[in-house]
Amino acid sequence: MTENYTALYEEHKKLGASFTDFGGWQMPLKYSSELSEHHAVRKSAGLFDLSHMGEVWITGAGAGAFLDYALVGKLSAIAVGKAKYSLICAEDGGIIDDLIVYRRPSETEGEDKYLVVPNAGNASTVAAALAERAAGFDVKVEDVSSEMSLIAVQGPKAEDILLRLVPAEQHSLVTELKYYAAVEVPFTVDGTTAELLLARTGYTGEDGFEIFIENDGAPALWSEIVAVAGEGELTPAGLASRDSLRLEAGMPLYGNELSRDGDPFAAGLGPVVALSKEGDFVGRAALEAKKAAGAGATTGRKLVGLKGLGRRAGRSHYPVLKDGAVVGEVTSGQPSPTLGYPIALAYVDVEHAEIGAPLEVDLRGKREPFEVTALPFYKRSK
Amino acid sequence: MAKVAPELQYSDEHEWVARDAGNLVSIGISAVATDALGDIVYVDLPEVGSTVTAGETCGEVESTKSVSDLYAPVTGVVTEVNSAVVDDPALINNDPYGAGWLFKVAADSDGPLLSAEEYAAKNGGEL
Repeated sequence: MTENYTALYEEHKKLGASFTDFGGWQMPLKYSSELSEHHAVRKSAGLFDLSHMGEVWITGAGAGAFLDYALVGKLSAIAVGKAKYSLICAEDGGIIDDLIVYRRPSETEGEDKYLVVPNAGNASTVAAALAERAAGFDVKVEDVSSEMSLIAVQGPKAEDILLRLVPAEQHSLVTELKYYAAVEVPFTVDGTTAELLLARTGYTGEDGFEIFIENDGAPALWSEIVAVAGEGELTPAGLASRDSLRLEAGMPLYGNELSRDGDPFAAGLGPVVALSKEGDFVGRAALEAKKAAGAGATTGRKLVGLKGLGRRAGRSHYPVLKDGAVVGEVTSGQPSPTLGYPIALAYVDVEHAEIGAPLEVDLRGKREPFEVTALPFYKRSK
Repeated sequence: MAKVAPELQYSDEHEWVARDAGNLVSIGISAVATDALGDIVYVDLPEVGSTVTAGETCGEVESTKSVSDLYAPVTGVVTEVNSAVVDDPALINNDPYGAGWLFKVAADSDGPLLSAEEYAAKNGGEL
């Protein structure tokens, strides 16, 4: 696989980042300490480069109907300016990717416009699947992933910091922006003001924003955000802290909790699948059958949160045991920096999945006690 | 780039060995290892009085991201463990060659050890 570099690679190098491969991209793993980056996001604000994520525009008179067919949710029902979490499934109900879909105002009368944001490693697969599924719909599918950067500012100070880049008379665009909504906001960078798409979304469990910008403007925006933040107010944060933050927030990661072999019901994403919507959609027959069979409810395994009662953390692929027998498998796990005890997401046989159920995790031959706990592990106080 | 302390010897598994007095050695893990591991949150050390064998595992180091075995770089009896790093594993990241030492051994024999120059050359580290 060829290595991809985001438009912000040089910024990361200047900040002393250590890099890791993620979905074919060289991404900052951490700049100094992943724990301090994690705490910074919880207490103040963190700055993330998410430019490895994909961006696919869907436009046309049939855009809503097309997305209702191509994805499992009812995307035609999203109000203009709002966003929705969804999945793209295969015919057999396996999960190809999880996505955020933003509905945008259309410039053309009679057309609708959506922005689909897939994960880095799946972006080209998703774009290809969407293009294939578009046959017969009055819709244009345009993969602009390679042209777009995505910068996230996450944490309780995120709004304060971003407002410093926005003219005062436009502040209400930001302050009144709801969670899972997006708006074009004028940002002033190097004395030049340009409209950028700002979304109140994130993957950290904190309030925060994601800003879409074309690659050539990304380094200046990144530097400007760093420049307007006060001392200690904003910390560049890498993928290591992004992973620990999303795990505390109980959010699934494609490749760990979600996969082609899994299904939405076992993953706890049943509510995302709009079986009640009209018309066929890719995967409907298989998903209806899984739901009818009780997948993730009365049969098979379901995704649960595990809280470690000892000090040791479970890790991806470690077996989950009940009375010495394997009843599940950890998909993500580590010591929770915020909570101070080990947390994990695991697929567990449904009969052992109720809250409080005592289980063990096999930590490389040593058994440690865990118990099933409600998700999310961490919820911010509002 | 990770620093390699010039006065120490190193194993291939990134433990360092300091000659304290006589056959008494202090053992820790190098800054090359701590950088790769990330923030260390748990350390499992051999017990005082137990015998460790060069090249064999004698404990574990767990970071936010992963778990790694600790290998004994020498053979001998453990005479002391650093309880400070058990209580506060961040010491290992902050001062791997000082306050972050792990345990001491009365060494009967050494496993294969590298000089600081050899270790640095092998790991792209700087003296």
